[in-house]
Formats: sequence, C-alpha cells, structure tokens
Amino acid sequence: MYRYDEFDDTFVRERVAEFRGQVARRLSGDLTEEQFKPLRLMNGLYLQLHAYMLRVAIPYGTLSARQLRQLAMIARKYDKGYGHFTTRQNIQYNWPALIDVPDILSDLADVEMHAIQTSGNCIRNVTSDPYAGAATGEVDDPRVWSEVIRQWSSLHPEFSFLPRKFKIAVTASDEDRAAIKVHDIGLRLYRNEEGDRGFEVLVGGGLGRTPFIAETIRAFLPERRLLSYLEAIMRVYNRHGRRDNKYKARVKILVSVDPDDFRRQVEKEWEKSDKDRLDAPLEELLRIRRHFAPPNFEMLTQDSAALNDARRDNEEFNRWISVNSRAHRQPGYAIVNISLKPIGKPPGDISADQMDAVADIAGRFSFDEIRATHEQNLCLPHVKKDDLFAVWRALDGAGLATANIGLASDIIACPGLDYCDLANARSIPIAERIAERFADPRKAADVGELKIKISGCINACGHHHVGHIGILGVDKKGEEFYQITLGGSGAEDASIGAITGRGFSSSEVVDAVDRLVDFYKDSRKPGERFLDAYRRLGAEPFKEALYGETSH
Amino acid sequence: MARLRIKDGRAAVDDRAKGQEITLDAWRDGVRPEAGRFELSIPNTEDVEALAAVVSRFDAVILDFPTFQDGRAYSQARTLRERLAFKGEIRARGDVLCDQALFMIRCGFDALDIGDGDIEGFRRALNAYSAVYQPAGDDMTPIRMRRLPNSVAA
Repeated sequence: MYRYDEFDDTFVRERVAEFRGQVARRLSGDLTEEQFKPLRLMNGLYLQLHAYMLRVAIPYGTLSARQLRQLAMIARKYDKGYGHFTTRQNIQYNWPALIDVPDILSDLADVEMHAIQTSGNCIRNVTSDPYAGAATGEVDDPRVWSEVIRQWSSLHPEFSFLPRKFKIAVTASDEDRAAIKVHDIGLRLYRNEEGDRGFEVLVGGGLGRTPFIAETIRAFLPERRLLSYLEAIMRVYNRHGRRDNKYKARVKILVSVDPDDFRRQVEKEWEKSDKDRLDAPLEELLRIRRHFAPPNFEMLTQDSAALNDARRDNEEFNRWISVNSRAHRQPGYAIVNISLKPIGKPPGDISADQMDAVADIAGRFSFDEIRATHEQNLCLPHVKKDDLFAVWRALDGAGLATANIGLASDIIACPGLDYCDLANARSIPIAERIAERFADPRKAADVGELKIKISGCINACGHHHVGHIGILGVDKKGEEFYQITLGGSGAEDASIGAITGRGFSSSEVVDAVDRLVDFYKDSRKPGERFLDAYRRLGAEPFKEALYGETSH
Repeated sequence: MARLRIKDGRAAVDDRAKGQEITLDAWRDGVRPEAGRFELSIPNTEDVEALAAVVSRFDAVILDFPTFQDGRAYSQARTLRERLAFKGEIRARGDVLCDQALFMIRCGFDALDIGDGDIEGFRRALNAYSAVYQPAGDDMTPIRMRRLPNSVAA
C-alpha cells in the first residue's frame, strides 16, 4: 500500500489547518454560506436537509486495517456509530457537527487519509479495480497510476473550478470492475502489439439525466505520458465545457456534440504542451511503484485440502465460497468479497463494530488490506485458502457473511426519498423487498448473475442505467412510480439500459421484476446470464413478459 | 480598490498609479495606447494563444473571474505564462477571494484586484501550503521534484 512520506503528511496537515480557519470564519459569520459552500465541498462536506454529511476519500478503494479502525472510531465519536460505503469507493458519515469536522479531518490525517475533492466541481477522488494486485490477467497494478493521479489532482490550481464535477477511473484488466466507460475519463492500461504498456483513454461517459458510454479518444497513450495527456483533456474541458446550464455542464455533453472535434482539440493541446515538465519523472513512478510490491505470499499449491474438507462438511460455507470468493493470481490464495447487502438492510451501511471486525480479520488473514468496491461492498484481497473457513466464521460472527455477491439481492440503491431531498421516490424499501423476493439462496443461485440497480430520481445515483434490470423512481401526480430499464451494464461490455414502457406502482414493481426473471429462466440457454439472454432475444419478448401481449 | 502584487510568495499593496486599460474589444476596434503603462483586459472566453502578438505589446494583462466558480481564467493565465512566456503582470479581477488566491498565483497571476478584501486574509491564504504536488504557471517546486535524490529544493 502507498504510505505517506513527510511531504504527503505536511500537505494534508496544512489542508486541515486551512479548513479549520475556514470553519472558524464560517462560525463567526465572516463567511456566508454561499462563500463557504465551495470551500466545504472541496473538503467533502455537504449540507443536507437536516445535517451535514462528510464524505471521506478512500483513494482507489484501498484501506489498511489501521485506517478502517480509525473510520470506526470516527463513526463512534462523531456520528451515530455507523458509516455508509458509496458507489465511488468512499465512505460517508451522515451526522457530523460542523464544529467537529476539522477534528475529524485531523483524525483522518493521523492515518494518512483525507476528504479532499470528494465533492465540488473539481477532479474527484480517483477510483480503481478493487481486485488490483490480486486479480488474474492484470498487466500492472492500476493503483500505481491511481496514486500518480491522486497526487497530481490534489488541489490542482487550474482544475479546481471546472464547469462541473469530474471523475476518473483506472483499470489494468480486460475485466472492468471500475465501470470506466461511465466515467468522465476512463483509463484502461494494456499492452500493445509491440509489448509496450499504455492507456486506452476514454472520455465522456456518465449516467445522470443524459447517460453516455465514453468515447475512446486515444487508442494507445504511452503510460509515462499520462499526466500531460490528462492536462490536455482537462484544459479543453475547462475552457469549452458549458457553464450556462448545470445539466449540460459535464464533459459528456461536450464530447457528445462532436467526439472527433473534441479529440482533435485534445491532441492539439497535448502536441503543444511541455510534456517532460508535466509528466511525472521516472524516479517518482518507481518510488510509487515500490509501495505496491506484492505482499509476502507463501509458496502454496493451488488446491487446499482444508478448504475442500470444509466445503464438503458445511453447505452454507460452501455456498458462500461459490458466491463471494474469486480466483487469486497467487496459487493457494483467494479474493474474498464481503457483502454489505444483508437482506432487509440499506445497501452499503456498516456499523463501527463491523468495521473493527473487518479490520481484525484483515490484520490476521489478508496482509492488513481491505478494499471498497464501487458496488458498495468490501473485499479482502489476499486470503489463504487454508484460512477461508476461519475468515467465514469470523465474518459470520459479525453479521457479514451474506452470500449474494453479483446475485439479485446484491442491489445498488441510492438513499432515495427516505433521506434525499432531490428524490422523487423511495429506493431502499424497493431494494429490500426485491432482496427478500430473492432471499432463498437456491432461487438466487439458479437465477445467477443479475445486477439490479435502483435510483430514486433522474440523477441516477443508483446507476439504474447500467443495471441488467434498472429501476427509476418517478413522481406521477404525487404517487411513486417505477420505470424499468433492461440491458444495461457498467462492465467491459458497457451499455445503457432501454426503457421498457409505462411504470409500475410501488406494489406492482417487485412482481414485475419477478415476471422478467421467470421469463429469463424459461428462455435461457444453459449457463446464459440474464443480460446475455436479453441481448440475444431483444427487448420485445421481455416487454411481453412485463406487460402481457395485450399491451401493444 | 486595493491591488496586491505578489512576488516570491509575499503580497504587497500596489500603490503605483493605474496603467491605461484597453479592452480587447477596443484594441480590435483599432484603439492604440499612446504613452505610459498599458494594460489589456481579456474576457475569459478568449483563446489567449491566438493573442500572442497582441499581449506581447502590453505591460499587463487583466483576466476576469465573473464569479469565483468560473475557472476559465486559470487556463488563460497558465497559457500566457507557460506557452507564450508572457513576462508582464497578470492581474486577476472580478470575484477574487482569498480562498482562491493561491490557485491564482500558482497559475501565473502575480497581481490581484481584491476590492475591499482583507489583506491579512490574503497573506495567510498565500502561505497556507509549503508543498504542492504539480508543476503549474509559477516557480514552486512540485513535491515529486523535491523527492528526487540530491534535490537542492528538498
């Protein structure tokens, strides 16, 4: 993991001191809320309907056990004993008092963390693959480049007052676990035919009111030219992005007007730039890379007798292994996903005691490392297969052994009308009722991979556009209705879901999802996922299943 | 209307007489300065690179922040300093608040029209950071260069 040196430490401490002064000026009335707003937003502090909300950055989703324990401490001391993991690998606290926030930031700085740029019209906290350094088929550790971007973007003087927020995601695998095609910039590191490493650079993806899949604006960028190229993209956006209409200000709108023109402008800007000055020196890249050296794995055989025995003896454990664990590149190790979607609870929530439990388990069994995923779950990246049973027992003891990763009840949902004043409809109760419908593990396993995503309004915080089944809450004459979209994906096969037709009432929508799933089960080929069946069969038969043949 | 000039991280009140300001529109209409110190004011929608030949004839360029949220002039300032190697004064005008002052200086501004802003507040803000991560339009040494072995800037 990356460790701060004296410079990083000084930087976040100075940031805390600066914000402490700004909070004092706000509390004394020296700053109006309007003047204070962009300052607090750049420190991750939102003002919601009833209270402040603090969003803490977890750069590229990587946490140490010590950091997670500190997050638990903060949840207890300054909040109501829990936190909420977001779809951008961050954690949010919902009840901090303004006067405490500088102290929270100082406690975060003690464990090399901050809340810089988790909000505001700036370059947001960079996200990446939660399986980085553990997954098979990676050409490099994407966290090396994510850290390069974190440092470069921190208080960037030119790009802190952009037309709108700006999100960058990095992956180094063919399998996309970072949703790079629905980010403002998506970076995919790969090797070209000459064997050189470089980035495919995608720009202009996004969800919200007008969803777009990102355009590739450069097929191959030599990796060492990353920062100068990012500067060129950012400058074109800063100069030409729309500032007259908040809903048309994201870079996706600028790109979508004329992708070729955008590409030409970026290339022109980049051609003229002083690349050697802007790009990170090789020594610095090496220094950062050393922090991401693999942990001291034991030399093991791929197969674990202890694991095989435990799977044979314990059906529940066996199911959890099948559903929640993934292949690791190191023989004898596995990646373990921790679901934060227990049936009947808000997605992504975790108590302080559970955070401590995960930190202890990571300390004993996963080289001290924890990852946050963009699907609002956690992950232990490096667990010995021999230890999996002990890990499962410990997670189960903390109420964290739900076996539903990637299944129908592993739902992404925004806070919705229960918490958010932008929402048109509730999300969490719908998520809970769908999860209950698919709670039976045998039923869920039979349905297989099914990504259901729910947003309570058009802003799409629940990513419904990229759900295999997406659900969008709308307000229809004062009543909550739910529109269903089908065929979306946020992965390497990214696509935007298509609207099926008229919406369903809150009492109808769970049955509607069930009808879609039943139709899929009757129509699939062996081993075919819901998404693939939809893509093969097209929208019509699914619409018939939803609305009956009389609907058209 | 206080004006600050910033040199080597220190802000001093600029009490020189104001120069003669010519807007870009006036310049395009054929207005030409006569004698003394000349300042060109440029809207933040302009491509300053296309104005290389014009700005080189002025002692100062004035760039505009219609609101502090509108950050286009940051890009203009860096382009003037880094690409056109403009050596004259670059002054920020409009919604210039102390909390953005360091960003401005880092992009190459060396003068700020601060209205009735608190000069001490600006001084504090300009000295809030001893370390920065990225090269920009100023001469602060980025952290990554200070980390290099044998760096004299460490």
